[in-house]
Amino acid sequence: MAISFTLNGKATTLDADPDMPLLWAIREVAGLHGTKFGCGMAQCGACTVHIEGQATRSCVTPLSAVEGQHVTTIEGIESKAAKAVQAAWVQLQVPQCGYCQSGQIMSATALLEQNPKPTDSDIDGAMSGNICRCSTYPRIRAAIHAAAHTMEG
Amino acid sequence: MGDVSASVSAASRRSFLKGAAATAAGLTIGFHWSGPLRQALADTPKDFAPNAFLRVAPDNTVTVIAKHVELGQGTYTGLATIVAEELDADWSQIRVESAPADARKYNNLDWGPVQGTGGSSAMHNSWTQLRQAGASARAMLVEAAAAEWKVPAASLTVDKGVVHHAATKRQATFGELADKAAAQPVPANVTLKHPKDFKLIGHKLPRVDLPPKTNGTAQFTIDVSFPDMQVALLQRPPLFGATVKSFDGTQAKAVPGVVDVVQVPRGVAVVAKSFWAAKKGRDALKVEWDDSKAEKRGSAEIMAEYRKLAEEPGKTARKDGDPAAALKGAAKTISATYEFPYLAHAPMEPLDAVVKLDANGCEIWAGDQFQTIDQANAAATAGLKPEQVKIHTLLAGGSFGRRANVASDYIVEAVSIAKAMGANGTPIKLQWTREDDIQGGRYRPIYVHKIEAGLDAKGQLVGWQHRIVGQSIIAGTPFAAAFVKDGIDATSVEGAANLPYAVPNLGVELMTTETGVPVLWWRVVGSSHTAYATEVFIDEVAHAAAKDPFAFRQALLAHHPRHKAVLELAAKAGDWGKPLPKGKGRGIAVAEAFGTFVAQVAEVTVAPNGKVKVDRVVCAVDCGIPINPDVIAAQMEGGIGFGLGAVLYGAITMKDGAVEQTNFDGYQVLRIDEMPKVEVHIVPSAEAPTGVGEPGVAPVGPAVANAVFAATGKRIRVLPFATGGMA
Repeated sequence: MAISFTLNGKATTLDADPDMPLLWAIREVAGLHGTKFGCGMAQCGACTVHIEGQATRSCVTPLSAVEGQHVTTIEGIESKAAKAVQAAWVQLQVPQCGYCQSGQIMSATALLEQNPKPTDSDIDGAMSGNICRCSTYPRIRAAIHAAAHTMEG
Repeated sequence: MGDVSASVSAASRRSFLKGAAATAAGLTIGFHWSGPLRQALADTPKDFAPNAFLRVAPDNTVTVIAKHVELGQGTYTGLATIVAEELDADWSQIRVESAPADARKYNNLDWGPVQGTGGSSAMHNSWTQLRQAGASARAMLVEAAAAEWKVPAASLTVDKGVVHHAATKRQATFGELADKAAAQPVPANVTLKHPKDFKLIGHKLPRVDLPPKTNGTAQFTIDVSFPDMQVALLQRPPLFGATVKSFDGTQAKAVPGVVDVVQVPRGVAVVAKSFWAAKKGRDALKVEWDDSKAEKRGSAEIMAEYRKLAEEPGKTARKDGDPAAALKGAAKTISATYEFPYLAHAPMEPLDAVVKLDANGCEIWAGDQFQTIDQANAAATAGLKPEQVKIHTLLAGGSFGRRANVASDYIVEAVSIAKAMGANGTPIKLQWTREDDIQGGRYRPIYVHKIEAGLDAKGQLVGWQHRIVGQSIIAGTPFAAAFVKDGIDATSVEGAANLPYAVPNLGVELMTTETGVPVLWWRVVGSSHTAYATEVFIDEVAHAAAKDPFAFRQALLAHHPRHKAVLELAAKAGDWGKPLPKGKGRGIAVAEAFGTFVAQVAEVTVAPNGKVKVDRVVCAVDCGIPINPDVIAAQMEGGIGFGLGAVLYGAITMKDGAVEQTNFDGYQVLRIDEMPKVEVHIVPSAEAPTGVGEPGVAPVGPAVANAVFAATGKRIRVLPFATGGMA
């Protein structure tokens, strides 16, 4: 069954099982590998994408649910917040193994797009759905604050 | 430590020279040669190829060949820094690529003829080898320039990848000199830099692997893709040791996209055109299991058995003086028992491997941690020779020990599936799910520790008897010869048998058990439990002696200056002794693991309901010469978070042999809202470098537990904290 939606700004039609999680449709049908599989049940956040600007776990979102929606993956982010987040991630040397970081960056970007000056508590609220087994958490927090600072300037 | 460094350096040198000899036999490609020179030199290979660790290209890039896998620990950056330092390269021209599997050229010098990563050994075993590699290549570049300009080599200088002749103001880049450097003989001896001349080592260089890890382009095994690739999911037995009795793949095969259902030694595989089809197929698969030989005990029963065994004597791992007599004659004795659960590693990238197998050979793509062991196991499974198995080591999405196992479980599974599918050259990706990972075994084993201590009338520690009960990680593996002596698995007692505290009568015993549960090293290995038991217990002893826990330790470490120095630094930076409000507490712990010394001071707040919140951890680390202070800090931060999650929540439990947790909902790990503030202080050192990937994990559990005691008077002797409602 063909599902049509906007993927990273481009009109896209994917012919796949409508029950297939968006994660696997993005990875195996659309061929975009930046979005990662970590748990398959919205526990870890490695699969986070934006649907209509909202950070969403693509591993539990059926492909059929995005018909007509705007989906953005790590490959397609280009907002001011996204650029500031990615620059801060490099500046503060956040990633270690890096596997969860696409999801972390998608969650952080969505947070800053909606709340350009988050408090530590806002960060906890927006980011505690994203697990990092390397525990890069202190640097994620610092990088979100740094990105917020960059966006002010 | 001085002795250890010396012997390792000597071993490195021997191996390096052996490597050079191998080069003469034409096994190594060093520089990037081209054109007629390559042909000319190919006839006389012994005249060139400085080493197997770097390549200078005419485009002026320097590619460092990494024999260790990048699991997140920063090893690519560290290895490249060592080479670039002695080469006097510019950091921006450095690239890193992974080495092919080769136990002769790329063996871990700490281990013998095995290529692999673990035990925080990468910097330690590579230090001299890569310095010599870089220095040797530098000398050849300098000689090439000297010959070209007809000036003495000694009149040339090298800085940031450019060779200069000051008197004539001539200069050439490494890229410009590469071709000519290739014609230079490999120097017999090279002089290594004095550490005061280091330009890169000791500086916060940016990691080489980071930009692709911030834009989704970093390539992990899960991202490997071929047009004709198939994806396999394996149904493994529900109990450890069970086997397939029969299966019905009819409904699985009816799922669109499923290619086939095949039985392999470890279970039944569903092979499909996509992950989702394989997943749906596996959900529809029916398997009957033969569990006649399976482990059917629950973890609570295993723990109860261990508790009993802790009351009986074990094999002696260390005996100084007469601990039994010292305890009998002591004015005061203290005793405590500590219990540690099974732990899963749960790296973010579930285990996966891509295998392309045909009659002539096998190619494997994986975040491979034990290259030559995996190569041998893959070859045995496929019916090939090891040299017919080519391993492409990719970035790994974490490991924490899981990808390093002598059974090569996930690699062997993938090869066995490719074989069952006809070994027809179709690439097959075996993908584990999170459930497969959490339930898949190879856990940090359960351990029970019982420790007794005796104080004399003045409060001096006169006796210490420590008994450890648990399964051996090493027994029955090829590492047994090196790590199991007289029935003592060194990894079961490390951190306990080498207790640094001055105790005249000290005994450490090990009772090695057997279960059907597969076990494995887990980040920081033995010290993941021994550091907790010893450092909480020394705190209990200090309390019994009415001494300050920091001062008590400090007084017992006179002969262990590196332990003492990190302890003192952590105490000072961590405001030891400064009063805290009610409900808060401060705890300290120190541990050595893999030659690296770490002390931490934790500050906690304990809520009235008992829930522990860790506010701050101050960490002091001595890892010898600090190669990259920012990577060291990152590894301490990460180790603290990893260790903290485990002591608060980590437990794999079994009921009637079946694992009760399935995913991150049941197997909780640390999240950002519980991550404490971390401050890392590095002790300056001139000792050879040691690793930082694991040692930061060891002291955090006991430091936090001791802080909880300071806040509440409650000792936590059963892990995780959640068991007692403290998390």
